[in-house]
Amino acid sequence: MIRCEHIYKSFDGRTVLDDISIEFETGKTNLIIGRSGSGKTVLLKTLVGLHEPDSGNIYFDDTCYTSLSFAERKRIRKDVGMIFQGGALIDASTVYENVRLPLDLFTDSSEAEKRERVDFCLSRVELSNAHDLYPSELSGGMIKRVAIARAIVMNPRYLFCDEPNSGLDPQTSIVIDNLIHGITKEFGITTIINTHDMNSVMEIGEKIVYIHNGRKWWEGDKEGILFADNRELNDFVFASAMAKRAKSNIMR
Amino acid sequence: MLKIFELIGRYFILMGKVFSRPEKMSIYLRRVVFEIEALGVNSIGLTAIISVFIGAAITLQMSISLESPFIPQYLIGYATRETMTLEFSSTVVALILAGKVGSNIASEIGTMRITEQIDALEIMGINSASYLILPKIIATVLFFPFLTLLSMMIGIIGGYGIAFFTGIMVPADYVEGLLYSFVLWEVIYSLIKIAVFAFIITSISGFCGYYAKGNSLEVGRASTRAVVASSITIMIFNLILTQLLLT
Repeated sequence: MIRCEHIYKSFDGRTVLDDISIEFETGKTNLIIGRSGSGKTVLLKTLVGLHEPDSGNIYFDDTCYTSLSFAERKRIRKDVGMIFQGGALIDASTVYENVRLPLDLFTDSSEAEKRERVDFCLSRVELSNAHDLYPSELSGGMIKRVAIARAIVMNPRYLFCDEPNSGLDPQTSIVIDNLIHGITKEFGITTIINTHDMNSVMEIGEKIVYIHNGRKWWEGDKEGILFADNRELNDFVFASAMAKRAKSNIMR
Repeated sequence: MLKIFELIGRYFILMGKVFSRPEKMSIYLRRVVFEIEALGVNSIGLTAIISVFIGAAITLQMSISLESPFIPQYLIGYATRETMTLEFSSTVVALILAGKVGSNIASEIGTMRITEQIDALEIMGINSASYLILPKIIATVLFFPFLTLLSMMIGIIGGYGIAFFTGIMVPADYVEGLLYSFVLWEVIYSLIKIAVFAFIITSISGFCGYYAKGNSLEVGRASTRAVVASSITIMIFNLILTQLLLT
């Protein structure tokens, strides 16, 4: 479980997160949704510790992350996996080296054990034959899948995904969504996904939080989102003409 | 003025992170070997080409300037050796490397910053500053002195070559000048200087890249800043080290 309480964050006097309190549940795919510029990426990066909140607390299970020292935070970070919007694979390293890096630095496993673990993670994301490729040789979907493999290689307890579907076609997006959802269930991870893709919301969303202008505007599940009495949320959810037509059909 | 102090403060904070205990020494050593090849071995060609031409040009210029029956010819070889040893092979080579290696480091790390690769390392629990910058510093501080020695040798050979092929002086006089009043300390002084300059180039370029933000334009600016700041710092430390070590 990850919980944040009364998080405030501003940059150069501009408030980006305004009194955010949310509890993300273990073993569930938690989604943060919102328009571009609503503050969801800042929220995710604050939760993961890349930004320091101006005030408020973040808890990883019962541990208050915000009050930990640098060394203590490093211990928790070994339980954290993150998938960045662009993949953030190390350009100078092959797929195999990218996935293996955390094992090299933080485990005393033998060569064979590391190889086996990397092979397992790459086969889990259906990339068994890409070991020697460099990130520049991969498609967008493959980059995301390598990023997922790297994120799970250390058996994380918490998984953060920043717009994992951005730049992908709808079919590949579904593959990535299902992969993340499957991994969440398989390993009982607390997963938090940032997205503005409504397909993802309806496909894998179990707990959904809507962020608007840096504030938590709505919280619920994917069934509730369709019938929420919230103008800003409805505007976001039913932004496309097709979605509007679908809703009016449902209402009729 | 306040901004300069802030930058210097941030630089020293970053250096504190860079020199904190590495996660795993064996991985860092592997990276040092990689960086020696990327930053050092790959600079041999440029250093050699520039040194041979500068050595030849110095010899040529000296032979024209010192053309007098009252000035012994061997002084041309002596002047070439002194110029190469004291200044060119350390300071000027460092300025050249600040352009080549410095911009390379700043743009590499800057690109990693804006594409969130550094954030990814941090999330994994890796000290990204140390992991990315420390191997580069160790590699250049260890390898650049070899480039300086190479530059001295090739520059002097370049001078000999121009004497031999153009007949502007007797090559034996040139060799006599090379050996005339030779002080080993001058070579050591030059090697100390290049080691300090290597640290300056790598740490400042790493700093500029590490704190790059925004887009590819900013990476370009970080790269330019790295070269300018490294070059100015090299000139300042050239004076300081000369005062400390030669006077």
